Amino acid sequence: MAAGAATPASLESAPRIMRLVAECSRSRARAGELQLSHGPVATPVFMPVGTQATMKGITTEQLDALGCRICLGNTYHLGQRPGPELIQKARGLHGFMNWPHNLLTDSGGFQMVSLVALSEVTEEGVRFRSPYDGEETLLSPERSVEIQNALGSDIIMQLDDVVSSTVTGPRVEEAMHRSVRWLDRCIAAHRRPDKQNLFAIIQGGLDASLRAICLEEMTKRDVPGFAIGGLSGGESKAQFWKMVALSTSKLPKDKPRYLMGVGYATDLVVCVALGCDMFDCVYPTRTARFGSALVPTGQLQLKKKQYEKDFGPIDPECPCPTCKRHTRAFLHTLLHSDNTAALHHLTVHNIAYQLQLMSAIRASIVERRFPDFVRNFMITMYGDQTLCPPWATEALASVGITLN
Amino acid sequence: MKLNLTKVVNGCRLGKIQNLGKTENHSMDIPGCLLYTKTGSAPHLTHHTLHNIHGLPAMAQLTLSSLAEHHEVLAEYKKGVGNFIGMPEMLLYCSLHDPVSPCPAGYVTNKSASVWGGGGRVEITVSKFMAIQQALQPDWFQCLADGEASCEEGTSIKRARKSVDRSLLFLDNCLRLQEESEVLQKSMIIGVIEGGDVMEERLRSARETAKRPVGGFLLDGFQGNPATLEARLQLLSSVTAELPEDKPRLICGVSRPDEVLECIERGVDIFESFFPYLVTERGCALTFNFDYQPNPEETLLQQNGIQEEEKCEEQIKKIKTTGCNQKMTSFEINLKEKKYREDFSPLVRECSCYCCKNHTRAYIHHLLMTNELLAGVLLMMHNFEHYFAFFHSIREALKNDRLTQLKELIRRQAC
Repeated sequence: MAAGAATPASLESAPRIMRLVAECSRSRARAGELQLSHGPVATPVFMPVGTQATMKGITTEQLDALGCRICLGNTYHLGQRPGPELIQKARGLHGFMNWPHNLLTDSGGFQMVSLVALSEVTEEGVRFRSPYDGEETLLSPERSVEIQNALGSDIIMQLDDVVSSTVTGPRVEEAMHRSVRWLDRCIAAHRRPDKQNLFAIIQGGLDASLRAICLEEMTKRDVPGFAIGGLSGGESKAQFWKMVALSTSKLPKDKPRYLMGVGYATDLVVCVALGCDMFDCVYPTRTARFGSALVPTGQLQLKKKQYEKDFGPIDPECPCPTCKRHTRAFLHTLLHSDNTAALHHLTVHNIAYQLQLMSAIRASIVERRFPDFVRNFMITMYGDQTLCPPWATEALASVGITLN
Repeated sequence: MKLNLTKVVNGCRLGKIQNLGKTENHSMDIPGCLLYTKTGSAPHLTHHTLHNIHGLPAMAQLTLSSLAEHHEVLAEYKKGVGNFIGMPEMLLYCSLHDPVSPCPAGYVTNKSASVWGGGGRVEITVSKFMAIQQALQPDWFQCLADGEASCEEGTSIKRARKSVDRSLLFLDNCLRLQEESEVLQKSMIIGVIEGGDVMEERLRSARETAKRPVGGFLLDGFQGNPATLEARLQLLSSVTAELPEDKPRLICGVSRPDEVLECIERGVDIFESFFPYLVTERGCALTFNFDYQPNPEETLLQQNGIQEEEKCEEQIKKIKTTGCNQKMTSFEINLKEKKYREDFSPLVRECSCYCCKNHTRAYIHHLLMTNELLAGVLLMMHNFEHYFAFFHSIREALKNDRLTQLKELIRRQAC
């Protein structure tokens, strides 16, 4: 089946939303700035996930105070509750949740396939049964873009045919080609290219040749940015990094590269080295709600007895509100109570941790010392560079950063 | 510490407590309320969101029930509970129990009382009690007491008498231990008035407790459902009449706006603010009006509103007859109701709280429908602010001799 290119007439030359500020001379790391409708965003950037029009227990004021300038909303969830019509009446997702900065929405494809037991993918779209009211709906590329247009997010994602990274065989190829066709349909259906930036999502699973085809086809379409999808599932890290590296080697330099679903600190550092600019992951906020605080050496399970009388902050170097005022011992006590405030303290800290990490990464790129930053990061995290996970060592080596 | 009464009108005391706290440089207006906390933190709120609230009380209430099991940690910490919980600037009052959690009866002896924490029952003797207070170092603390004479129906005179005797014994022992404790010199013990429903015992408790060098008095045993309080109002008046004017009177377990006014009229000064918390937990927002001097337009809207309320009276009577004060009241709206789904107005028009200035009823409704944590955060901020503003309006009404109007306004909304 021939994958027709979107007629350029339907989409004027897509805006160049990314300005490169610095590039690492060894690796593929870049520092830049995204120009979006709701203000600039420094890259590399980590985007916290606020699934249902809320960053869990923290207010938009708190999120703003942490320095967050872009976060995620989930089209699938919001499409169900409260629905795009209501959100449109509320002046879009920005108005509904009162977030003054940028928003990125995914297409709804991933959730549909991962969350919904009975979903069926056809050329039309993804047909599924709503878990809330049992109604059957079709999420097509057109419908996904329509919903995202109503939400009004600054970056919207194409509907892609999502296949788990552990799946092999012809289904992967089918999904890749279909994603290209769905990209064209999304571009055609997009009513607000001046205000909302539609990103393509590179698929192809763990098959290098399929990914290469997808890259070649999708980069023919003049979209403002590209996401690397279909990874961060159950695949091995060794396969994971190779697909990321392959993707960044073939994606245009002057457009942002968004690696979806990546959020562990080590993964962020390595994938920045491999040339990615944007990341999202539920991990930091989710793990906060389980009592786990992120620190440069890993994480602290604050509910454990060992923190009962630990009168220092989570991280003495961290300037976040939680660390400035509270001890591990108090948080431990509060986590064992039924006061939800405990979770919010940790959510604040973990988001601060992620954003500070990205800031530090960016500063090191701008100041031309990114490779040293990476080495120090690995020592802090793993104690010894030989204890750094092999996949990370290999990945870094592939872009000229050696650890010893 | 000095309590200055500005005026007393119809039994209501308006004034200011000065030179308050361990540092003796805080002050507090009365009638007033305490900030309700759970395990040392306002429910759902971090320091940032707590301080979004206007009109925060100067004093927070901590509960021994949530802190007793952490005695060892606090003792080792040494710097007191205010620092431990991250509220070094707040005045702190430590009550025995949490007004929200029921407390099983049958566990008070001549030597100890019990509190219920997350880990179960903690038995507390006088010496353990004072050791915990030494670790907490609060500004005020409720003395160990026997509050169970009011627990069952129709308490016997014998049980009432015992509650008074035991509480006085605990008080004398605690005062003695306080004298020996350097760390607790600046803290004030709040004497507890017991005696069940037996007038004679109540009076005895009041007179005897007043003889001791306590910082103030806690009126225990008046909590329960609205009907229970009403039956005890006479008792309450008689008790406060026996207490010195220059020391504050606290009451526990009473927090509803209408009950607060009844108690203020009977000489009570300080209340707990757990009512806004209960409202939050049921997904509701306080909307009751305490503006007793509205402009004409507001009056018209109110009148229309009252017609609505009369229609609802039937429904609300149904709710109230269950007798449980955890059910929704007519002081609030339930944001889970479908009608708020597309309501883009704030919870309360003209409310200046963070929630009303930034969010809509529709958004809160969505958060509740999707079980999101932010619902509790936003509702708590609004409900606390609304409640603290209510207390401010009480003080203003007393200052301007308008309490009757305020009382009438609240009564109309209590259905």
